Amino acid sequence: MASMVVENVSVDFPLYHGSARSLKKTMFARAAGRLGEDGQHRTVVQALRDINFALSTGDRLGLIGTNGAGKTTLLRTLAGIYEPTCGRVIVDGGINALLDTQLGMNPELTGRENILLRGLYSGLGRSRIRQLEEDVQDFAELGAFMDLPMRMYSSGMVVRLGFGLATAINPQVLLMDEWFMAGDARFMAKARGRLENVVQGAEILVLSSHQNDAIRAWCTRVIWLDHGRMRADGGVDEVLSLYMGQQAAA
Amino acid sequence: MDQALDHTAPLLPPSHMEVGTGPTNGGRVRQAVADVADGAALWRLGLTLGWLDIKLRYRGSMLGPFWLTISTAIWIAAMGALYSLLFHMDLHGYLPFLALSLVLWTAFGGLVGDACNTFLQSEATIRAMRMPYFVHAVRVVVRTVIGLAHNIPVVVVVFALLGLWPGRVAFWCIPGLVVWTIDSFAICIALGTLCARFRDIPPIVASIMQIAFFITPIMWQPQQLGTHGWWLKLNPFYDLLEVVRQPLLGAVPTVQMWLAAALYSVLFCVLTSMLFVRVRGRLAFWM
Repeated sequence: MASMVVENVSVDFPLYHGSARSLKKTMFARAAGRLGEDGQHRTVVQALRDINFALSTGDRLGLIGTNGAGKTTLLRTLAGIYEPTCGRVIVDGGINALLDTQLGMNPELTGRENILLRGLYSGLGRSRIRQLEEDVQDFAELGAFMDLPMRMYSSGMVVRLGFGLATAINPQVLLMDEWFMAGDARFMAKARGRLENVVQGAEILVLSSHQNDAIRAWCTRVIWLDHGRMRADGGVDEVLSLYMGQQAAA
Repeated sequence: MDQALDHTAPLLPPSHMEVGTGPTNGGRVRQAVADVADGAALWRLGLTLGWLDIKLRYRGSMLGPFWLTISTAIWIAAMGALYSLLFHMDLHGYLPFLALSLVLWTAFGGLVGDACNTFLQSEATIRAMRMPYFVHAVRVVVRTVIGLAHNIPVVVVVFALLGLWPGRVAFWCIPGLVVWTIDSFAICIALGTLCARFRDIPPIVASIMQIAFFITPIMWQPQQLGTHGWWLKLNPFYDLLEVVRQPLLGAVPTVQMWLAAALYSVLFCVLTSMLFVRVRGRLAFWM
């Protein structure tokens, strides 16, 4: 039984530039008593404020909002990549965060090596990892490129590998950022079926998208994020019409 | 070809994740400990990462990591010949000392330099998924151990050529190596986090290590200092080096040396733990 609880979550981003990145300069500024004035130039971006919601098995949450509203930051926080400045996130169930096509893969390593690392990270045993490799190999159709460093791949190959790898592991909790890549028609047809299988196999889905069709097709609940705050939280039609109404008025 | 996912596709093992319990120390300490524990559980991943790093570094080269062995061998041979000629050092006593010291220092000094990049090199991974930070420390330590393993044959050859054998006393180096391993993880975490926050630390560390190379008995033997060697006690590298080096040269380190090494290590590990507890949650924002 998977579950996700988000309590009073706020996330602040410190912005470090130039002198704040230098130990020497920070030390001198502290010594000169200029700290807080112009010594450290510490700006903080309030990326998320007072986010509260809970999900359980079967919930499919859509995140909508303009660019910069905080959707990706929220997804990263749900994935545990960013720790909230206050509040907390509790997730029961294995998480897979599909935030970009790179998936944190190392471009210097070969496709096969990256799959191995992903398998080890997910705690899979050796035979499972071999299964994983075969599965991804069949899907991505990279042929001999599997054993060449990823930096030699074309962008299409990277997408196929990343997508194949991301959808080869069935998580209980699936987090997806705007991910519907432009590929050729054949690839999209192949990808669609595979993605649907993974989404249906997940107990909880959180999807961030600008495409209302995708939200309508896959989500049961929608949260509208605006400048890092929850502006609306409810059924798909209800929130989408609110959002579209505001967009039309703007 | 329609690729339908079959139901036997790998399912993620169930897990529980809790992030952010606020700034209360209890929560932060617990999470830091959990990070180290989870990182240790993922030792296979850390091991593979370290090994792949070495493989990558030598990809396309003819001899691979054995270039390390050759360059160390040349260095030692040249130094040994030069110093015995210049300073009339007794080769039989000096060469094994030099060979062992250089190899151990290359590992240790190399680790300190490498540790600065512990988290910086994994920026893409840290921003893409939640992984215990300890895994990256394991990765760096594994890399260093593999490098060390490639240099050990040189020492063995030198010992064999001079007919030296430390005997069973050599096993006394093992507790020293255990202390080194623990310290290595601490170094990776301490320097890794500091360098992620302040980008001018790597050159500072490099300078310090250069100085340390000269004030630690690596090229020269501690007994050469005679009575002037009192300040050696203030050099943490000295005691830490001796607890591993002495047994391999056939002597048992004094209790004093052991105490000093243990004390420095404990102090460093405590400071690193405090640092880690405090900054672990912010590390991803520093990338």
